[in-house]
Amino acid sequence: MSLERDGVLSDEELAGLPGMPSKERLNRGPVAVIECAQEIPCNPCEDACPNGAIQVGEPITNLPRLIEDRCTGCGLCVPACPGLAIFVVDMSYSEDEAALQIPYEFLPMPRKGEMVEGLDREGKVVCSALVVRALNSKRFDHTAVITIVVPKDQAMKVRGIRATARSPL
Amino acid sequence: MRRTELAIVGAGPAGLSAAVEAASAGVHVTLIDENRKPGGQLFKQIHKFFGSKEHYAGVRGFEIGMRLLEEVERLGVDVMLDSVVWGIFKEHTLGIIHDRRNILLRADKILLATGATENALAFPGWTLPGVMGAGAVQTMMNIHRVLPGRRAIMIGSGNVGLIVSYQLLQAGAQVIAVVEAAPRIGGYGVHASKLRRYGVPILTSTTIKEAGGKEEVERAVLVKLDGNWQQIPGTEEEHEVDLICLAVGLSPLAELAWMAGCRFEYIPELGGHVPIHNSNMETTVPGIYVAGDIAGVEEASTAMEEGKLAGIAIAESLGYLRSDEARDRKGEVLKRLSELRSGPFGRMRRRAKERLQRRYGVE
Repeated sequence: MSLERDGVLSDEELAGLPGMPSKERLNRGPVAVIECAQEIPCNPCEDACPNGAIQVGEPITNLPRLIEDRCTGCGLCVPACPGLAIFVVDMSYSEDEAALQIPYEFLPMPRKGEMVEGLDREGKVVCSALVVRALNSKRFDHTAVITIVVPKDQAMKVRGIRATARSPL
Repeated sequence: MRRTELAIVGAGPAGLSAAVEAASAGVHVTLIDENRKPGGQLFKQIHKFFGSKEHYAGVRGFEIGMRLLEEVERLGVDVMLDSVVWGIFKEHTLGIIHDRRNILLRADKILLATGATENALAFPGWTLPGVMGAGAVQTMMNIHRVLPGRRAIMIGSGNVGLIVSYQLLQAGAQVIAVVEAAPRIGGYGVHASKLRRYGVPILTSTTIKEAGGKEEVERAVLVKLDGNWQQIPGTEEEHEVDLICLAVGLSPLAELAWMAGCRFEYIPELGGHVPIHNSNMETTVPGIYVAGDIAGVEEASTAMEEGKLAGIAIAESLGYLRSDEARDRKGEVLKRLSELRSGPFGRMRRRAKERLQRRYGVE
């Protein structure tokens, strides 16, 4: 499994990324997880962060580096990434659940309170998830940010969601 | 005969950007496009662009197009739409068909910003309806809001193939697979990951063997390739599909440059035969400039910067910009261009461009 061959980041590739928070930081509460692994000229994430927690610098092809102590997990970087490669993980959500912010550009838009399927990086259904927030403000320019709650052991696996058949209101 | 100071052929990202730069310096610009609307491919691009703020990063392509159009309108650029430039003659004269009439337009300078044309791929069944280029798929979906198929296979995993596959998903189609002959995915990993997350397989070292169907595409047969790009017998897999989308590269659309007598160089990394040009984007025929994909296939963001470069250089040569002003402005554009051509994806294009420019002035 590799990004270049399969389009899926391997665990080794993920572990080496400068945008990955440490395990300790993950356990402390919401934090950005930046799954950007190729040196492409791009830096909107750096501009999006109000706390200077994401550094690209020069050259613009640097991989974004997360300064984890400055990150508040606000999630403003999530819709700003043109590659939809940033997520926010909150391991402190509850005893056995984590909250996860995911960028989402499909219709129908999931609604708060809805159950959806949690998909891993290969599109496999790994759990069901509860939507606790669905933000689609004008500033996000049609990249909605959906917050879901998943079992803790799935928080670093789930990266997509699929709406299940919606019952008519 | 009509006269203008600068005639720009093609109102895509390069042509529009050049028009803005030149017109804001005071040049009288005539912008000509064969389509009914300006914008080139920009209005089909519904994804957010990469780059930095200065490159409109994070803005969706069609919105960049709208901003450029507003600028062009504000500056009073003469825009001729539905107008086909069919020939280029002595003394910078263009033959244009507009409203079924032939018009001759003589310009002090000409910028060719005609873009690129999609490459085709021939295989048994490729003429069946339902086999189409990624550009046509984008036009149908994103301009006319017509879904070109419900079950699609994408041939080619460059950024175009990956982005259009994602747009097919957004439009409600199923993408059975993205197929790539090379052993590696061609485009950005982030685009590939977006597809994989939603269950689209990307099959490397694989190609299409044939398409079948009575009146239109009903199935596609895929086959694995070995290390020498040869089909491996027995690895065929048949898929039921109604759309086979080709995204197998682009070539510079350069007929007018050939006709004008520009010298060319064959540069595979830039899509094939490319008019040799200098850092002002001027070709080997004085007064004729190129920008965007005709000058080497890259991206919309590089096309816009090249257009600006040509616009500034032309304004300077017509006496609308002092050489020190022009130098400063060109310097800023060149800096942004070198940013866009950095990193493992851009480096190859930067070297190819440098090779091309070294040919300038060499007989």
